[in-house]
Amino acid sequence: MRLPPFQNLLDAHDRDVHRFLIASVGPIDADDVYQETWLAALRAYPQLAGASNLKGWLFTIAHRKAIDHVRARARRATPVAEPADLSEGGMGGAGFNAVAAGADDELWTAVAALPDKQRTAVALRFIVDSAYAEIATVMEISEPAARRNVHEGLKRLREERTR
Amino acid sequence: MSEINLNHHTGEGGDEMERALRAALRSGAGDSSPPPIVDAAAAAGLLDVAYARLDSPVGTLVLASTPLGLARLAYIDEGQEEAVMEDIATRLSPRMLSAPGRLDKPRRELDEYFTGRRRSFDLSLDLSLLSDFTRRVLRATAAIPYGEVATYKAVAGAAGSPRGFRAAGNALGSNPLPIVLPCHRVLHSGGGLGGYTGGLARKRTLLAIERPPMSD
Repeated sequence: MRLPPFQNLLDAHDRDVHRFLIASVGPIDADDVYQETWLAALRAYPQLAGASNLKGWLFTIAHRKAIDHVRARARRATPVAEPADLSEGGMGGAGFNAVAAGADDELWTAVAALPDKQRTAVALRFIVDSAYAEIATVMEISEPAARRNVHEGLKRLREERTR
Repeated sequence: MSEINLNHHTGEGGDEMERALRAALRSGAGDSSPPPIVDAAAAAGLLDVAYARLDSPVGTLVLASTPLGLARLAYIDEGQEEAVMEDIATRLSPRMLSAPGRLDKPRRELDEYFTGRRRSFDLSLDLSLLSDFTRRVLRATAAIPYGEVATYKAVAGAAGSPRGFRAAGNALGSNPLPIVLPCHRVLHSGGGLGGYTGGLARKRTLLAIERPPMSD
């Protein structure tokens, strides 16, 4: 089995993985989850059966690491934290406000405030340019569900904008 | 959040929002550079191969080391870089990251060699993937002093296989660490240059570095 040097994968996707994780866990925690993602990928890499769809494989790892991280953070959170924040994906919060400045950053903040699945689907679609099939693979959902999550996310972002 | 400066596009449908998302999500908060992972990878024991490039009088070189030591020095010919990298990944390990800082010592010693300030290398080498015979031949080669030459036959003899000069030639041809293990110092008994992994022009250059033409 011939696999390209891992550095190729890093060069091709480092910025997109980082952006995806900023959208998933916020800018403050993104660096840690970014490192966890790449180390997990590096650990598993030599056992890969083939070099096809490395991107989907990589973002599946990133997505799982982000979920683990958000869950661990929820467990650490004090009981007085609003539970709605966790299910409704409000992980952006303070972290995002710290960097939000221009219109682009406002959009980031709006994306961060989307419910988890919509946020992930939108991030994959517009940061990583994923096809719906790839979004489905990464999120371990059906393709119609992937499409629906992107659609619902966009709808909510448009509503935010016109409010 | 109520005001985004895209409000004037309201009502123009999804494409506008999708374009804005594409633009925004690739800049703004996501514009900070990702942190390097190489040190964490090494600390976790996951950096099987660290590599770096080096410009030299014999062209661009790639140096690759494992935790045991320098394992490969490859000549990069025009357009061959990807193939060389893939070969290193296949032979050593695909867990391979660019890590120039981890190759500072061999890069410095090679620089000194190319400028005539170093006659021998003081580096740990990883020869674990080579056959016993190849290792013996390369050790015999490493014993040829700087500025001198030996024949394939002499090297085969020193490696314990006096009749195996052809096999010795093949072993030298597969030398994973040219320059450091100086197979360029091995010539035909008639005085002909013989062959060289990186081509004869490089062999001549290396010999000329070690034996500058007399000035008178």
